[in-house]
Amino acid sequence: MKYIQEFNDPDLARRLLEDIHATATRPWAMMEVCGGQTHSIIRHGIDQLLPDTVELIHGPGCPVCVTPLEVIDKALEIASRPGVVFCSFGDMLRVPGTDRDLFRVRGEGGDVRVVYSPLDALDIARRNPDRQVVFFGIGFETTAPANAMTVHQARRQGLRNFSLLVSHVRVPPAIEAIMDAPECRVQAFLAAGHVCSVMGTTEYPSLAERYRVPIVVTGFEPLDILEGVRRVVRQLERGEHRVENAYPRAVRAEGNPGALRMIEEVFEVSDRAWRGIGTIPRSGWRLAEAYRDFDAEYRFDVTGVRTRESALCRSGEVLQGLIKPNECEAFGTTCTPRTPLGATMVSSEGACAAYYLYRRLAAAPAPAAPEEASIVG
Amino acid sequence: MCLAVPGKVVSTEERDGARMAQVDFGGVLKTVCLDYVPEAREGEYVIVHVGFALQRLDEESARASLDLFARLGLMEEEFGDAWERAAEEAGMPHPDGDTGDATQEVVR
Repeated sequence: MKYIQEFNDPDLARRLLEDIHATATRPWAMMEVCGGQTHSIIRHGIDQLLPDTVELIHGPGCPVCVTPLEVIDKALEIASRPGVVFCSFGDMLRVPGTDRDLFRVRGEGGDVRVVYSPLDALDIARRNPDRQVVFFGIGFETTAPANAMTVHQARRQGLRNFSLLVSHVRVPPAIEAIMDAPECRVQAFLAAGHVCSVMGTTEYPSLAERYRVPIVVTGFEPLDILEGVRRVVRQLERGEHRVENAYPRAVRAEGNPGALRMIEEVFEVSDRAWRGIGTIPRSGWRLAEAYRDFDAEYRFDVTGVRTRESALCRSGEVLQGLIKPNECEAFGTTCTPRTPLGATMVSSEGACAAYYLYRRLAAAPAPAAPEEASIVG
Repeated sequence: MCLAVPGKVVSTEERDGARMAQVDFGGVLKTVCLDYVPEAREGEYVIVHVGFALQRLDEESARASLDLFARLGLMEEEFGDAWERAAEEAGMPHPDGDTGDATQEVVR
């Protein structure tokens, strides 16, 4: 238990782990949806502290990773144009497009800027009326209220030089796609805490019922994850499949009503392609008709984009929890954070990056390797 | 990217029809929109994602999270110079040479 001292409260961590070890009598496989949770799990070795019979399958909840290649290539194309200021969150800079990334576009003279908040991009638009300012609006439900409010303000302020390149994704349809896959091994979900801070938990009971899976809303910190796992294991052992909130300090059942109203006002549900996974029906948001003028895909003609994924990259299988990152032949050899083949290797939430950062050395010929293999097999 | 960081509301003001606040994230001050948590008051803690407060949070939890995030280097990831980090990962020079902050837009 070499990692446990890093926990905020090592005694509590120990008690939670003892409870899990005492409760788990059979093999169970649960998916943590969120990439932030994946990083926390791998960084703190939570998967290795759990009983061998309790497997954590890493989910697709890395917004940077699932943003489709076509949208990345459109972003690169728009960002390269003269007269454009292209604003993005920092973690998009090195996501590989077909032949380059935003970092490279900037080096080639594109005006790419990193912002902390989409409202900063709005500010840039106000100060640069002669430039077209585009914000790369990606993310899960957590980020949607911010992007929605930004477009709402742009329209209210009549900012004609601002637009949003949108690639928003939603968790519940992804859970359906995962559960409907014939090879699915997932028996329970740790739902992403901050997604539920916005959305609440009302979308989940019907999923838990239909697929007979426990869904436990879980935070991001190591102790939060242990508590989520503890509750999932308890439900699985009892044959239950309920929605539980293990992150009540940040999540209310009704979510954030103001944020939900703004999402409803600005976005509409649409089909969405997920990089490496494919199109999932009704799994995204696009700008509603009334806000279409602020859609960068309409404002800029970017129809000539030709995409080509790496033939070696297996990030799609990683994102669906079908393989662990270090089972990919390219992992740590041709694919590293310096020369990433897929987005999962560059994002601070991508599973491949987590394994590279925290598991690369341990996963060599060391004892961790056979253990890892047996969990997967 | 779905990380939401707790911070303390230091001051509030109306701007362009929105309720904005200065929020202190363990020493880093940022401008944050409070429209989604209209009940938040100065001195209280909120959890913030990309410049928007999403929920209120009790002080004890907030402090514990901030301590943890600081220890794990997550504050640097959230508020540091993304170009510097990207350059380091890519093994390339910073696009602006040494003056990293030039491209990190700051809200006023």
